[in-house]
Amino acid sequence: MADPILEVKNLHVHFETHDGTAEVINGIDFSIDRGETAALVGETGCGKSVTVKSIMGLLPSATIPEGEIRYKGEDVLSLSDAERHSRRGKEMSMIMQDPMTSLNPVLTVGEQMMDVLKWQGRPRLSLSKLVRDTLSTGAKAEHRTRAIEMLGEVEISAPERVFESYPVELSGGMRQRVLIAIALLSEPDLLIADEPGTALDVTTEAKVLDLLDELVEERDTSVLYITHDLGVAREVSDRINVMYAGEIVEQAPTADLFANPQHPYTRGLLESIPTLSTGIGDGIEGHLPDYTNPPAGCRFADRCPHAEAACHEAYPYPRQTGPDHATACHLFEGLPARERHESLATDPVNIGTAPWLTGGDAPGDISADGGTDQ
Amino acid sequence: MSYVDYLVRRAIHSVPVIFGLSVLIFLISRVIPGDPVRLALGPEATQQQVAALRAEMGLDQPLPMQYADWLFGVVQGDWGMSLRTNNNVFSDIVARLPATLELTVVTLFFAVLLAIPFGVVAGTNKDRWQDHLSRITALFGVSMPRFWVAIVLQIVFVVSLGLLPLSGRLSDGVAPPPAVTHLYLVDSLIAGQFGTFLDAATHLLLPTVALGLATLAQVMRLIRSDMIDEQRKDYVLAARAYGLPNALIEYKYMLQNAFTSSLTVVGLAFGFLLGNAFLVEIVFAWPGMARYGVQAILYQDFNAIVGVTIVVGIGFVTANFVVDLLYGYLDPRVRLEEG
Repeated sequence: MADPILEVKNLHVHFETHDGTAEVINGIDFSIDRGETAALVGETGCGKSVTVKSIMGLLPSATIPEGEIRYKGEDVLSLSDAERHSRRGKEMSMIMQDPMTSLNPVLTVGEQMMDVLKWQGRPRLSLSKLVRDTLSTGAKAEHRTRAIEMLGEVEISAPERVFESYPVELSGGMRQRVLIAIALLSEPDLLIADEPGTALDVTTEAKVLDLLDELVEERDTSVLYITHDLGVAREVSDRINVMYAGEIVEQAPTADLFANPQHPYTRGLLESIPTLSTGIGDGIEGHLPDYTNPPAGCRFADRCPHAEAACHEAYPYPRQTGPDHATACHLFEGLPARERHESLATDPVNIGTAPWLTGGDAPGDISADGGTDQ
Repeated sequence: MSYVDYLVRRAIHSVPVIFGLSVLIFLISRVIPGDPVRLALGPEATQQQVAALRAEMGLDQPLPMQYADWLFGVVQGDWGMSLRTNNNVFSDIVARLPATLELTVVTLFFAVLLAIPFGVVAGTNKDRWQDHLSRITALFGVSMPRFWVAIVLQIVFVVSLGLLPLSGRLSDGVAPPPAVTHLYLVDSLIAGQFGTFLDAATHLLLPTVALGLATLAQVMRLIRSDMIDEQRKDYVLAARAYGLPNALIEYKYMLQNAFTSSLTVVGLAFGFLLGNAFLVEIVFAWPGMARYGVQAILYQDFNAIVGVTIVVGIGFVTANFVVDLLYGYLDPRVRLEEG
């Protein structure tokens, strides 16, 4: 892959709980190229948020026993807290999921935007800066102009009024726009969008997504899109990483993934997309495994309709199943996608090939606009 | 709704509260056992004499009329005679209130001023040593009786170390500053008498600590738990993701949200201190109103009891009004969503 802005390699994230260590992220790999939009798709609780918080460095309670997170080639996990802090917001920013709770209710939109412009990237409050800023009206006016201009860019029709408003005075869609405006204030190179619009009604969500698409297109920002909705991921992303229980089970370019979905979990997700996409619903039977006592083999085996005994025993390392397509499932054969799994590949598990490839049990029309999966 | 509208609205809301308070106090004054007429005339008085005095005092009128009379008197400063001091209760209280007011206001001010950083530090370092230290201090502050703390402070700082004065508001030989507000700290500053200010401040120190430790502990624990609640909110995560400094997030973003619920308790604490400062006032021979109130109770000095009740009641109402004002100032939702 050429010139990735973000590379995550073999990332493990653990949490200490009363029931033991929860192995929430179990060795994930993915990367985002400059200007690319990648999606991280999976159901609630699969570790999407933990992944992005690890990238942002916002998980003080977690341990990362293994793995690398490289931003512009630099391993951010080896940086000091202050160095990570100085990149947060400025280099990589985040659009929060819930517009109703992600703005501070007691401060005006303007004040919150001014604070970001004033303080972003500074690990400490310095008193001298505080005094200087209070005295310098020039900087204040400049910040104000910039904030209002940004509100205009997210297509808020009365930016001055919104600037003076408290969050309670604004609608959900308006607040979501404000969140986007704040995240883009300092023109970050990497934007993490944590299910923006999910909390809104479908029409507003669609508008917000279109707007976001335009904004990142203009700026050539790289975006990591977090969503539980493959339908949304298809709209916005160039590449999709499907995540299940702390592992990436399938990754491919968006078009390829929809044309040729391989992992049983991906197929389950596709089948559970309702016509008016609002969520996954209960399309796949069963629950996520217990992270404190995860299965030794495939983490999806308990819910998988094609699982054999061997699936519960052997770890299904991601394998190359096509050009730029990797799937972590024993139903497929291929070279290991990561070098660290080469020893596992010497002893392949054979549970046959995927039934839908041999002609039986083909799922129906699974892609929203009538494309087929074979 | 603008802040001025909100202010006016809150002010109007306290009118019925004050009315209710006055009715309550009036009724208390009428149900306190003992007939004031019999008490005044003695056991020998005839039925006619009793009836005559009763008519003279207006006690034969229906209760609402009596209430109107009483209220009229109270508003004009006619709070009756104290049986103990033989003065008008109103002037007795006016002479003593500033001492208590100075003590409680200073106490509350420092209790809250210290509770904020301690609470924030404890809340943002949950289950670390800072939090444990605050927990132990709070337990100590809440469970030690105020008068006991007062006596221990006297033994340590006055008797053993000889650092601070034992009692009173000023040292012997130091003249009170020219009276403007009757608060010595303020008056001495107005008059530019810094020596007197220092003397008054050192006299205030121990009573303030003795009185305020429990309030400090209470408010600190509240701020701590509210800060912990705030930490889980999305806007805090968002602020961190935008790369804002931690101190800004803690002291501006979270504290303003966390402090609003503590504020109610601070308001109640003010009224409470006003009426309950007596133990500390007695230990430190503080010439305040709370001590006067306790003595009134011990002497069954009815007018004085009612007088002190009125003042404490007004103190509560005022404190709550101020709390409402601050509440509306700190949390825009309060003023925006009402009305």
